[in-house]
Amino acid sequence: MSSVADTTYDQSRPAAATRRPRQWRKSLVAYSFIAPNFLGFTIFTLGPILFSFALAFLHWDGSNPITFAGLDNFWRLFNDSAFITAFWNTILYTALSVPLTLVCALGLAMLVNQRIPGRNFLRAAMFFPYVASLVAVAVVWNMLFNPEMGPVNMVLYTLGVDPKALPRWAADRNWAMITVVLFGVWKSMGYYMVIYLAGLQGINRDLYEAASIDGAGAWQRFVYVTLPQLGPTTLFVTVMLTIQSFKVFDQIYLLTQGGPGTSTLVLVYHIYNEAFISWDLGYSSMVALVLFFVVLTVTIVQFRYTRQQTT
Amino acid sequence: MSMPALARMLPRRRISLGQVLIYVIAIVIGLVMLTPFLWMLSASLKLNRDVFTFPIQWIPAEPRWQNYVDIWTKIPLALFVWNTAKITIAVTILQLLTSSFAAYAFAKLRFPGRDALFLGYIATIAMPWQVYMVPQFLLMRELGLHNTHMALILLQAFTAFGVFLMRQFYQSIPDELCEAARIDGMNEYQIWWRIMLPLSKPALSTLTIFTFVSTWNDFLGPLIYLTKTELKTIQIGLRMFISQYSAEYGLIMAASVVALIPVLVVFLALQRFFVEGIATSGLKG
Repeated sequence: MSSVADTTYDQSRPAAATRRPRQWRKSLVAYSFIAPNFLGFTIFTLGPILFSFALAFLHWDGSNPITFAGLDNFWRLFNDSAFITAFWNTILYTALSVPLTLVCALGLAMLVNQRIPGRNFLRAAMFFPYVASLVAVAVVWNMLFNPEMGPVNMVLYTLGVDPKALPRWAADRNWAMITVVLFGVWKSMGYYMVIYLAGLQGINRDLYEAASIDGAGAWQRFVYVTLPQLGPTTLFVTVMLTIQSFKVFDQIYLLTQGGPGTSTLVLVYHIYNEAFISWDLGYSSMVALVLFFVVLTVTIVQFRYTRQQTT
Repeated sequence: MSMPALARMLPRRRISLGQVLIYVIAIVIGLVMLTPFLWMLSASLKLNRDVFTFPIQWIPAEPRWQNYVDIWTKIPLALFVWNTAKITIAVTILQLLTSSFAAYAFAKLRFPGRDALFLGYIATIAMPWQVYMVPQFLLMRELGLHNTHMALILLQAFTAFGVFLMRQFYQSIPDELCEAARIDGMNEYQIWWRIMLPLSKPALSTLTIFTFVSTWNDFLGPLIYLTKTELKTIQIGLRMFISQYSAEYGLIMAASVVALIPVLVVFLALQRFFVEGIATSGLKG
């Protein structure tokens, strides 16, 4: 309890008599610092989070009286083909985009970490898509990947790809997910590159010198020094990427609207549809609850797994 | 690169293949990353029928500056920019003030329940917003804030992330500094204002950029809350424009360029802080 502050303050006065009111007043000052943020945080974040857990077990369309649903919403998940599709599409999106982004981010970080002229410009160029307005870049992306007139297919065509074999990108069931994943990788890899760059710069130079003396080539130095040393960074990046992938919505809304058919329907899109299109608030909260538990589980598993690896 | 540095590099024989390969890869990747932006800029100065000509004419023969005049009258773009600026500035100021204020108590003061409260904050950082966006929307509707900018300001101004970021930074400032100030007779509010705030410029810059960029680019929030055209932000305004005039490629690209400029300016001005901020706050998380 007694901090350095207490002792310095109390030197001039009898300590026991004044400590309690003083401590009380100090706490009050501390609470006054926290209050503005805490009030907003409690009302607009913590409250809704708790309410969302309750809402998952209720029926509500937003205007008629609320009724208790018990586990109705939960059982409904298993009969809702759109939910099942959305669930597996989210897993697919994550399985494709996490490793791809990770590898690209690490590759870019290794590249920018070299002493090459213009590296600052290169770093900025790679990072900019991450901060660029999603609506603006999504519309460009859709134009670039336009199946009939887009430059991407034009380039493929001039490279000799058969016109009938040209991918129809966002307009094709089989290519839509790939298009969305490519967009996500392009947009976010600069962010994770910066995190990897910090990790790379934290590696002790002596390790590389020792490895070189032992006769390790560039590839061996990468496998036996760089990768193990980047372990904590990779864990962090993987967890962040996984959470981001499970939350994917904006880019899908802007590129494909979940289509064609349901080929890019993901969990958050389903939550959005159930809540703001169908006004089935209880059920949408149940889907949100599933999203929460999936994210929680993945995070815990990844931390456990890495701890086993390192110890 | 300076001459001595070049001189040091040139005589080495290693420069030959590996170095050249790295340069080539770097240039190709840099171009790939920037191509969409260059194409956007180029298309924004073209007539619709010229946008998709192939091979791509990167610099239009007759740049059509008229596109940049027309977008302001086709849609209320100025209003959208104003709405977004209003929300973004309000959120950023509230976020900086309340986060650094609360973070000071969490980092430098002792009081009952401190660790429990902080844990409550941390626990929500990993919680996807999409999990509780529905109850949050219902709450705002109950408060009569549906279709107001206030709703968007309130839901983005008090984040756990901001408190966390500022607290991490304050913990790196020695406690002795606050002690010395207390002995000099400053109260806690003065210490926060006159010592902590001036010292925490890097952290404040990081939080400013994060908040500015995420609020300016926010899409799902305005999509849910704002249905009236006169209230829309640049992102959903642009989206509305794209669906209304889906064949006006040149105009769409011009409007997109306009939507990108504020973020580009902030990014270029504060890039150094941004990169440092991600590196430090990211890894500590």
